[in-house]
Amino acid sequence: MRNNGILRIVARFLIPLIMLFALYIQFHGEYSPGGGFQAGVVFAAAWILFALIYGLDAALDIVPERAMYVLMLLGVLIYAAVGVAGVVLGGNFLDYRPLLDDPQYAQQFGIVTVELGIGITVSTVTMLIFTMFVQRRSQSMQIEDSQTEDKD
Amino acid sequence: MIDIGLLSFLVVIAIAVVRSRDLFTAAMLFAIYSLLSSALFAVLDAGDVALTEAAVGAGISTILMLALLALVPRQEAEAPRPNWPALAVVVLTGSVLIYATLDFPEFGNPENPVQTHVGPYYVQETYNDMGIPNMVAAVLASYRSIDTMGEGFVILTAGLAVYALLGTRRRKPKPATKKQESQKR
Repeated sequence: MRNNGILRIVARFLIPLIMLFALYIQFHGEYSPGGGFQAGVVFAAAWILFALIYGLDAALDIVPERAMYVLMLLGVLIYAAVGVAGVVLGGNFLDYRPLLDDPQYAQQFGIVTVELGIGITVSTVTMLIFTMFVQRRSQSMQIEDSQTEDKD
Repeated sequence: MIDIGLLSFLVVIAIAVVRSRDLFTAAMLFAIYSLLSSALFAVLDAGDVALTEAAVGAGISTILMLALLALVPRQEAEAPRPNWPALAVVVLTGSVLIYATLDFPEFGNPENPVQTHVGPYYVQETYNDMGIPNMVAAVLASYRSIDTMGEGFVILTAGLAVYALLGTRRRKPKPATKKQESQKR
């Protein structure tokens, strides 16, 4: 697929747009439909499209597997940290009002932050699952290759 | 009218999925099914759900399904013979569920429990509480925040489970014996 010019050009055009759209539904989620889950999936879709066109290795150069492990944990940790911060500042768990002086701004801040955490986790988990499936395939193909070589 | 059209399309595609022996076709039909459900949600003014269904159901699940289909044979195994007790159980359960829908409150009635419990509070007070217009985001990330955190952990668990099942440290192709050893550890 790497030699197909049309695919490459269209993907080069589309991938930034998909990523931009993901960021839009991530950070505009309070005003229009959207939020962390959708944004994470759309962002991962852009990465997967890149992996389909340019190969998994090139995609893993951009987002290494190790970064996925770290980021998927970081996402839920951001979420939980917002909750704990509410407790530390004298509220209930996941109570955003103590975070800032103005209760409305505090709520908005809390929502945006937890949505960001969700977005990070969802996108990296999706990328990770895709990576695992594809690596599994290349693994099994390698095993088949080595078996046929042994027979020869 | 659009609802009836979409719903009948959904039924047709569901039957096509069941009847198809080719897993690739089935995966594609599932994507169409998700896209139609998404359109149905959009018709019902549930923008957030429609967006989720379109992105997750029609997009990512299809890609993951196709990535998985690269690992398994393309044709479904032949069913040995019709399983009549199973069919009886399914028909019985289905008819009980359809019978139960007769007790549903009338669709769109303002007196329904869903309209009279916490719903009015969210509708009226979200903007005063948070200053944001999207009630779905407010309920998801603030009023019901712990649920959403649980969902986040569910996603994380899914990733960890796939990693535990499929994740083997490999960069260079190893001989099969070494691979078996590393799997035993």
